[in-house]
Amino acid sequence: MKFSRIIANSGEWLSGDGPNRQIVVSSRVRLARNLRDKPFPGWAKKSERLDVMNLVKQAVEHLPEMAESYSENLEALSPLEKQVLVERHLISREHAAKGVGSAVVMNAPQSLSVMINEEDHLRMQAIRCGLQLDNVFKMINRVDSELEDSLEFAYSAELGYLTACPSNVGTGMRASAMLHLPGLVMSDQINKIINSVNKIGLAVRGLHGEGTEAMGNLFQVSNQTTLGEAEEEIIGRLNRVIEQVIEHEQNARALLAQRKAITLHDQIGRAYGLLCHSYSISSKEALNLLSIIKLGIDLAVFPDAHRFPVDELFIETQPAHLQKGAQVVKMSSEERDALRATIIRAKLSQVPQPDIARLRLATPATTENQ
Amino acid sequence: MQCDVCQTKEATVFLTQIVDGKMQKVNLCEGCSKEKGVNDPTGFALADLLLGLGASQEIEKSPAAQKCPICGFTQADFKKTGRLGCSNCYTVFADGIAPMLKNMHKGTQHTGKTPAAFHKIREHDEKIKALQDKLSKAIEAEEFELAANLRDQIRQVEVEPAS
Repeated sequence: MKFSRIIANSGEWLSGDGPNRQIVVSSRVRLARNLRDKPFPGWAKKSERLDVMNLVKQAVEHLPEMAESYSENLEALSPLEKQVLVERHLISREHAAKGVGSAVVMNAPQSLSVMINEEDHLRMQAIRCGLQLDNVFKMINRVDSELEDSLEFAYSAELGYLTACPSNVGTGMRASAMLHLPGLVMSDQINKIINSVNKIGLAVRGLHGEGTEAMGNLFQVSNQTTLGEAEEEIIGRLNRVIEQVIEHEQNARALLAQRKAITLHDQIGRAYGLLCHSYSISSKEALNLLSIIKLGIDLAVFPDAHRFPVDELFIETQPAHLQKGAQVVKMSSEERDALRATIIRAKLSQVPQPDIARLRLATPATTENQ
Repeated sequence: MQCDVCQTKEATVFLTQIVDGKMQKVNLCEGCSKEKGVNDPTGFALADLLLGLGASQEIEKSPAAQKCPICGFTQADFKKTGRLGCSNCYTVFADGIAPMLKNMHKGTQHTGKTPAAFHKIREHDEKIKALQDKLSKAIEAEEFELAANLRDQIRQVEVEPAS
């Protein structure tokens, strides 16, 4: 499969449906695996890295899940193409920095991707829409078990799966959910929530993981530890915490609508106005305003039919996607900001003006599309 | 009492913090406490200090010249990168890694997924462990005939191939 075909379609996690879709954008589970007694990628010589890559790549390409897949060595991808994959959460920023001796394999719906020779020999992830960590884990767990037939993974009875960094040892699993929390941000409760989630040993991060800024009111919640708990226990713990955060977000929205109705209406109206009429807009400003439009859709101020086009804008307005879409190799940030504004204006012209009278709070019955 | 960081000077600053319901204590000398910013109790996280200590110092408990025979990795490399060289390094530097893992994770024993090939090995180990438990109980109860019998059983299981 060609890169252009991957790019042409949004991933299943964006276009699909899942439980608690309004607040939980996506669920992701990543497993780290290494081959026994082979130097980890960061320590291996180039020839060793290439040997491991060829071995692993072949095994991954032969998986039934990868019958229709996109597979490429990283040196064959341009910096722009790599960045597109990062913006879609298909590879990490660290992986995008790799070249010869590293590769990526992903399936056509972009729900499964395997990074070869990132920090570990294999970093495989499954990603789906909404809150469904259990299903996502099952998906990636099956891939892992199938790979066992052809690859001998580094494993010890005491420490579990052995990884390049001791912080991943054990299950080698990082389970995370991307949460959209405008209510908690607008009501200044987000820091309180982040602190209490951190206290119970879970991490809260920005849009693109470790060390990144929170933009568009999007936050990633994930497990911090990997040793001493079984995969299902970790996911169970995460699920319970995420369900509570969802509840807090719904309460925050309800309180805003009751006590700060004018502020809420004003924010939605301004976000719509700015996005409809700006001729130059930065990625950060766009994300933050789109987040408010997304909240407006949740609150029925905008028709639900516009949910997917707006969600798509979150990805389409990222720098590499803009540039790739315009088929321009080099673009200044001014040119990007102008193009971003044009794309947003075109899409938002389809969205009717906010109808504040229709504002309705999501009751639990409508948020859980199970 | 010695300082936990420099391990030379007398500790004069004693810190206790509850992290995840577990009590952690650190004893520091005056110099090290200043260096770590302990003077400002609000901006100080004991866990950070402990993790920092874990990464750079604990591994030094392994003999200095130790080198992984598979990949040639040394503890100096670990200090530089914070990553290990290969899966065998976990055996070579086990003594240094163990306390670090204790600080980082919920437990020290993996309880999650096991590759299918390891199921048999695990069953085998568990069988031996069960017999050993019975053996110590038998010795405690002074049932020496049973103990001798169990000892023979353990010997027999131990030579059986695991897979």
